[in-house]
Amino acid sequence: MDLLLDALAAIGRAVLRICRTTGAVTLFALEALSHLVRPPFYGRLFGRAFVEIAYFSLPVVALTAVFTGMVLALQSYTGFSRFNAEGAVANVVVLSITRELGPVLAGLMVAGRIGASFAAEIGTMRVTDQIDALTTLSTNPMKYLVAPRLLAGTIALPLLVLVADVLGVMGGWVIGTFRLDFSSAAYLRSTFDFLQAGDVLHGLSKSAVFGFVVALMGCWFGYTSRGGAQGVGGATTSAVVSSSILILALDYVLTDLLFAR
Amino acid sequence: MKDNGAGIPKIRLRGVRKAFNGKVVLDGIDLDVRAGHSMVILGGSGSGKSVMLKCILGLIEPDSGVIEIDGRDVLRMSRREREAVNDRIGMLFQNGALFDSLPVWENVCFKLLAQGRIDRRAAREKAAEVLAQVGLAPSVGDLYPAELSGGMQKRVALARAIAAQPDIVFLDEPNTGLDPIMAAVIDGLIVDVVKRLGATALSITHDMASARRIGDDAAMIHKGRIVWTGPAASLGQTGNPLVDQFARGEREGPIQMELRR
Repeated sequence: MDLLLDALAAIGRAVLRICRTTGAVTLFALEALSHLVRPPFYGRLFGRAFVEIAYFSLPVVALTAVFTGMVLALQSYTGFSRFNAEGAVANVVVLSITRELGPVLAGLMVAGRIGASFAAEIGTMRVTDQIDALTTLSTNPMKYLVAPRLLAGTIALPLLVLVADVLGVMGGWVIGTFRLDFSSAAYLRSTFDFLQAGDVLHGLSKSAVFGFVVALMGCWFGYTSRGGAQGVGGATTSAVVSSSILILALDYVLTDLLFAR
Repeated sequence: MKDNGAGIPKIRLRGVRKAFNGKVVLDGIDLDVRAGHSMVILGGSGSGKSVMLKCILGLIEPDSGVIEIDGRDVLRMSRREREAVNDRIGMLFQNGALFDSLPVWENVCFKLLAQGRIDRRAAREKAAEVLAQVGLAPSVGDLYPAELSGGMQKRVALARAIAAQPDIVFLDEPNTGLDPIMAAVIDGLIVDVVKRLGATALSITHDMASARRIGDDAAMIHKGRIVWTGPAASLGQTGNPLVDQFARGEREGPIQMELRR
């Protein structure tokens, strides 16, 4: 009986902790968003965060997209050839890349790069009193550190996903044409005939949410980190893990609620 | 001496209390800092000196008590009023808390730039002028904090604290980690710049020589309370056994190191 009560108490504590953290993160995000519509605005910081996310994440996102498109073409060919449906390879590649794999894989890559980077940078500022210093220098740390990063994440990830979509489809086309002996023109025609604007918009909408979540988790765990180098290390890990899980969970929720037909 | 009108202290604390997770850090602090004077706060590690300073700055909210600056209770001010008060305060953090991502000149003029009181070109000139006041060449302005020695970082942090010409300057252990000669140099700079600004200074230190050099007045904090105040020149011969033991650095006396068993 005691064991059961202990287990229930532990579950209860965990649920309360999750509720408390969810509330705190929500208030944190709302406060940061409120600074986006109240001057002063830090355009330079937005620009710096945007370049950090969009430009410096480009190689890793591009490579991920190309190889994913390539392997997708190979795997779908293997599967569809069992039903004599090889002609659907191009359709499957473009649909998978634009609706799912582009946004999710780019989101996960950016979570690894940017979530960690934001958490480490802001966490180091926290434990070295730089955030307190901002306050004493008449600068609101939420406005200066968090708001520009959230905006940059929300805008930059859809642009990266657009690039990932193109490169992913190109990866499939390379394999389809040079490895699986499809006609290049037929592959491309099949791709563009099948693709709808809604598929691309679907992926871009989700990626805007993912970009916001990645930036938010990086900023939150950095901002609330404590205890020196170990605390910053923990914040970095938590930012990457939580944003990755949230991307996968939100991917399902958003698809089911908004886009499933 | 510059008293403001009816002899109201520049900074006045009454019954300030603060506990963290049940551990009492400030246990009813009463303190007056006279306008235009330099007050030094002494106390052992963990005695609550930095917490007291952060309470005055608004970085930590005390559980109870009154904190007045120029006769106005800062704990009951609106955020905007509080920011206006903080505009007149300069702070030198224990570890400098310089912004790693910004060059020295931008660190020094951060507040002026953030408030739009100066453009970037003028800020460079202003930074060179303030750096000269703390004995640094204009070329230092183009370096990043990580490229500076500990003593230079302290000087830059002091330059940042005084760049906006505050009328109150807080200094949290300005000599920590410096060799005795550099410590004396920094002390000399602090005395010079505080006099030049006509500011009120509140410093925290463990270093008796530094306390005598910087301070007009001194106070000792022990177990979260102010146990003595008097002229800084009398440190070591105050007749208060707590202060005298601390000033002489004696092992035996009323202050016992708390050892965790």
